[in-house]
Amino acid sequence: MLAYLIRRLTAVIVMLLVVTLVTFGIFFVFPKMTGADPALYFVGKQSDPAAIEGIRQKMGLDDPVLVQFGKFVVGLVAGREYVNGSDITSCAAPCFGYSFKTEQAVWPVLLDRMPVTFALAAGACLLWLLIGLSTGVVSALKRGTVIDRIAMSTALAGVSLPIYFTGLISLAVFVYALDWINGEYVPFAENPAEWFGGLLLPWITLAFLYAAMYARLTRATMLEVLGEDYIRTARAKGLGERTVIGKHAMRSTMTPILTVLGLDLGALVGGAVLTETTFNLPGMGTAAIKAIGDRDLPIIIGVTLVAALAIVVANLVVDMLYAVIDPRVRLS
Amino acid sequence: MTAPLHDTGAAETAAVDVAADVPAAQIRGRSPWSIAWLRLKRDKVALSGGIAVVLLILVAVFAPLIVSAFGHPPNEFHEDRIDPLFGTPIGSFGGMSGDFLFGVEPVNGRDVFSRVVYGARISLLVAFLSAMVAVVMGSVFGVVAGYFGGWVDAAISRIMDLLLAFPQLLFIIALVSVVPNSLWGFTGSGVRMGVLVVVIGFFGWPYIGRIVRGQTLSLREREYVEAARSLGAGRFYILFRELLPNLVAPITVYTTLMIPTNILTEAALSFLGVGVKPPTPSWGQMLSKAVQTYEADPMFMVFPGVAIFITVLAFNLFGDGVRDALDPKASR
Repeated sequence: MLAYLIRRLTAVIVMLLVVTLVTFGIFFVFPKMTGADPALYFVGKQSDPAAIEGIRQKMGLDDPVLVQFGKFVVGLVAGREYVNGSDITSCAAPCFGYSFKTEQAVWPVLLDRMPVTFALAAGACLLWLLIGLSTGVVSALKRGTVIDRIAMSTALAGVSLPIYFTGLISLAVFVYALDWINGEYVPFAENPAEWFGGLLLPWITLAFLYAAMYARLTRATMLEVLGEDYIRTARAKGLGERTVIGKHAMRSTMTPILTVLGLDLGALVGGAVLTETTFNLPGMGTAAIKAIGDRDLPIIIGVTLVAALAIVVANLVVDMLYAVIDPRVRLS
Repeated sequence: MTAPLHDTGAAETAAVDVAADVPAAQIRGRSPWSIAWLRLKRDKVALSGGIAVVLLILVAVFAPLIVSAFGHPPNEFHEDRIDPLFGTPIGSFGGMSGDFLFGVEPVNGRDVFSRVVYGARISLLVAFLSAMVAVVMGSVFGVVAGYFGGWVDAAISRIMDLLLAFPQLLFIIALVSVVPNSLWGFTGSGVRMGVLVVVIGFFGWPYIGRIVRGQTLSLREREYVEAARSLGAGRFYILFRELLPNLVAPITVYTTLMIPTNILTEAALSFLGVGVKPPTPSWGQMLSKAVQTYEADPMFMVFPGVAIFITVLAFNLFGDGVRDALDPKASR
């Protein structure tokens, strides 16, 4: 178990290093290859050459890419100091550097944005699991009936609708036409009720999309499981239908759903960009989009790393949960 | 081909049915493809999806003809159709009329109908081509990994895992945004489209690669592969002439299911402003403009949104049908 964890964690670290390196590569190698000077993005419109040179010195922008990469990784783990003569800025671990655009430290910006994205993902996930799983199970049990057909047609429509379209429609209807809720995001600490109101539409639209996917998956898996011999055995030995479905069938149905859930939840931290843009939520996705527009590398790397971390951690958790759900799985 | 695509069970029962009521001389062997076609023909829902797909392709191909018959050039401004005070279309429902079937765009008054029709071109072209990129890469790497095993398999599988753990949407956005507008002598929207195709395809291949690898692992132990080897067939002959033809069925299924995903990805990128460059019309781009104007002119978002929905739904219906038709064990 311990050996397994150590091996997996090493893989996680390697994975994150590769992601950082690739992000570095995209923003350093690509512009150079095509003849653009990356330094221009960073310095922007500042006119004083001495000031520009000072910033380049301090941020180490003249170092080779690999040296910059090395310093960045060390900064992440142990913190680092930016030195230009007597001008010293120290940056505590985890140091993601400073925004080229606003010169703010990246980590506090990320910390500020994270709760929005995580709240969005967690709330939507709760909703879609509830709706998706129950719809899928009911559909599988009532296979071929009107209920099943309606549920599955809705689910198919659901997976075919882009979130920014359903989002816009819901905004147009519930915020502007009916004026039921305020479409603005309000921090939780400021006013919990308005925070809830602001996230309600994003939660529902995001959950609708995923609930549709999960209903389809749950139904397909459940139907497969119901055909297995051990379900017949359970019924034959006189177990109630509730126990057969809820306990025996549900347990195997959960395995593929858990796999997808791990992937989806992890991907959502980076993939909530669309929802955040549509509803104008100040999350990590909108921060990343803005940073990409500004060529603000430190912010982009920060968001990408947090998103990649979310994916690998979610997968690790899922793999460990397999052992809980499926007694045949041993972690080794 | 030296082996059937799937279990011969379905083929045999079909042949027996035929044998019962026709003279022996007329018995013809049915290939798995003709059986699949028979199954698909009976699936009305999938068939209507397929017909919709064909119609959409025709619309994309004949866009200039359709627009010259029923609309105005996609980049022609009609400021006389716009309320100069609010920038909204004159008339109800976004300025819909016999002259402008889907109304006009807010602010500059371009014909929404012709922009939606032309948008089909970009959407389908990017989706098809990127699916091709993914299929070619996925099939080659998947079959090589599965057949050779050992370190080749380990390396390819690691790369696939790595790509799947990338925060894909963020990376695609970042990659597309750093590529300059002119590249290797090419300029204009062609470059953007090429980049979109390569990038979307590149992040899609691991999905196909994993499936192909898994299937290859089970196929390579089959007798017909051994027979080919004992007859002195080379590795690459076995790979591409013996194994790959037997993988066409799963590859077809995942390709048809990948196209709607790619349509959504392209639309999402255009929505976020990193897709096809204006003035080339695309559905996602129209929706992103609708974000700013939907309060005053909610009609504008409806047509591009519905266009995306119908296209993706048609491909999903057809793809589900193809999957059921090619898998004799599938049941709904």
